[in-house]
Amino acid sequence: MQNPTPAIPDPEIQAVIDKDLHLEGPLLPILHGLQTTFGHIPDTAIALVAAALNITKAEVHGVMSFYHDFRQVPAGRHVLRICRAEACQAMGGKALADETLASLGLDWHGTTANGAVTIEPVYCLGLCACAPAAMVDDKVIGRVDKARMDTILQEAGA
Amino acid sequence: MKIYVPLDSAAKALGADAVAAAIKAEAAKRGLEVTLIRNGSHGMIWLEPLVEIDTGTGRQGFGPVTVADVPALLDGKMASLGPVEEIPFFARQTRLTFARCGIIDPLDLADYEAHGGLAGLRRALAMSGPDIIKEVTDSGLRGRGGAGFPTGIKWNTVMEAEAVQKYIVCNADEGDSGTFADRMIMEGDPFTLIEGMAIAGIGVGATKGYVYLRSEYPDAINVMNQAVKLARQNRLLGADILGSGKAFDMEIRVGAGAYVCGEETSLLNSMEGKRGEVRFKPPLPALEGFMGRPTVVNNVISLATVPVIFEKGAAHYADFGLGRSKGTMPIQIAGNVKYGGLFETAFGMPLGELVNDVAGGTASGHPVRAVQVGGPLGAYMPPAKFDTPFAYEEFDGQEALIGHAGIVVFDDSVDMLQMARFAMEFCSVESCGKCTPCRIGSVRGVETIDRIARGDADAIPLLADLCDTMTDGSLCALGGFTPYPVMSALTHFPEDFATVKEAAE
Repeated sequence: MQNPTPAIPDPEIQAVIDKDLHLEGPLLPILHGLQTTFGHIPDTAIALVAAALNITKAEVHGVMSFYHDFRQVPAGRHVLRICRAEACQAMGGKALADETLASLGLDWHGTTANGAVTIEPVYCLGLCACAPAAMVDDKVIGRVDKARMDTILQEAGA
Repeated sequence: MKIYVPLDSAAKALGADAVAAAIKAEAAKRGLEVTLIRNGSHGMIWLEPLVEIDTGTGRQGFGPVTVADVPALLDGKMASLGPVEEIPFFARQTRLTFARCGIIDPLDLADYEAHGGLAGLRRALAMSGPDIIKEVTDSGLRGRGGAGFPTGIKWNTVMEAEAVQKYIVCNADEGDSGTFADRMIMEGDPFTLIEGMAIAGIGVGATKGYVYLRSEYPDAINVMNQAVKLARQNRLLGADILGSGKAFDMEIRVGAGAYVCGEETSLLNSMEGKRGEVRFKPPLPALEGFMGRPTVVNNVISLATVPVIFEKGAAHYADFGLGRSKGTMPIQIAGNVKYGGLFETAFGMPLGELVNDVAGGTASGHPVRAVQVGGPLGAYMPPAKFDTPFAYEEFDGQEALIGHAGIVVFDDSVDMLQMARFAMEFCSVESCGKCTPCRIGSVRGVETIDRIARGDADAIPLLADLCDTMTDGSLCALGGFTPYPVMSALTHFPEDFATVKEAAE
């Protein structure tokens, strides 16, 4: 990434970690907490999480990198998820995704140059009877066609 | 006047929030006294947002409603669908698990109770553990996540296990394309899942429960979290459930975008804070599950069906169905389909009747070419197999599976070689990496299908051989069942795998 992320002070990271330490199996909730708070999992958090849970940094990294949701660098201001699964494909989802990526000049996981939107693939949003489906941040959208996609991108500032 | 606008994500995805806001604004402008209730969805997604108005003479449905329709709707000038329960798609269903979904306010416990809620839990609280297990066993309930394992047997194993702590884990990692029943019940009737988990806990002696809910369902996470909080406040959860002296509490855990975590052992690893890798079995999760302790892992629909079994009795539930597939199944009809949605019915309805009759064929108006049943690991069925009754053994006999009962319909524009390729690609993206047939086999599968696409017919037997290896050698259903869509596409639609070569010859 061309814009280096400003360093997040350790105590802020520690506070997020401490909030979930009492849970049974706290690692995923902690990683979610970090990502919700900071928009990504800061590199400096790995050692702090490892120390808090008495596991190795490699283990923390291994878990973080296993899951599609966790990112080590911040996403764009909005994340647009486009469903790639079969039900959406049956309604032209693949063509829609291909067109959208081509129009933005991006590949999956790419972010627009102005930093407004990151495009992520998703395998099923449970909106299979109103396909193709997409989600902007936490907002679901069904029966997405080219016109609706243009509106979505425009509203997101792409 | 009461107005119902669904809060279900599918309704929201089609504009329900904007319609609800417009109704509020328009009613305020006119000085109308309106109680706006955000209910679950009735499951007729082509009619969403499906608004209901009750002026004291029963609920009348309208849909799909747009923001522009709202003035006419309040003027009484919009054409009505009549009472929702009389719409043919709804009228021919048998709703047991989804009896309340769409009818009640999902977060109104009094409304829940007025519609039969908590009757099952009250009955279970007066029963012994073995009697609770017997009731579930007698109902014939089988795991609705896809494997179809008898729920009563699983519960019995956990009940008989000795441990300081046992757990109920609800698998709400509904990642299969074409399925949304878990999402709908969690958004539309969350207390039924909570009640089912509490009954399970009391039955097997587990005092702690978790719902592992996928992160792709933010609305369901939100509703479930609120419902758990309300349940705790009303002593439906906690140290003294409904004054019985029995304890059960639960919390919601959020997944992180890994499809394989829908497999029960990788789900448990994920909950423990590990990579979501599949575990070897044995030991069974029933004996060594979450934190190495005895754990019931059940799908959302299995657990959400438990309350109605206890409310109406095991025999009532078992009276529905076909052969060893007892009770009802919420079938989800999706993809290229005219009337898509959730259709709960007794096991046994032929696949073709569901696709052509209930769902009205394709949305595009083109002929149906293939339907995939049971998610990305389910077989593609050609119309020639449409007489197969929708039930566990009957689909198994056709080298197919019902899985979580999602049906995805494709019209004649589908390229089955590409769908087979997608199945392998999906497996390679989502493989946990633990076993070789899945991790490497799926990558080789994509390459082999690409060879076939280039006209190399020699690659066809190679693909069949690879699929055999994946079926026999994979640890879990991801690698083990990916051959279902691949081989069914190859077997039933061979013309899509031969075009290039034939054209060249």
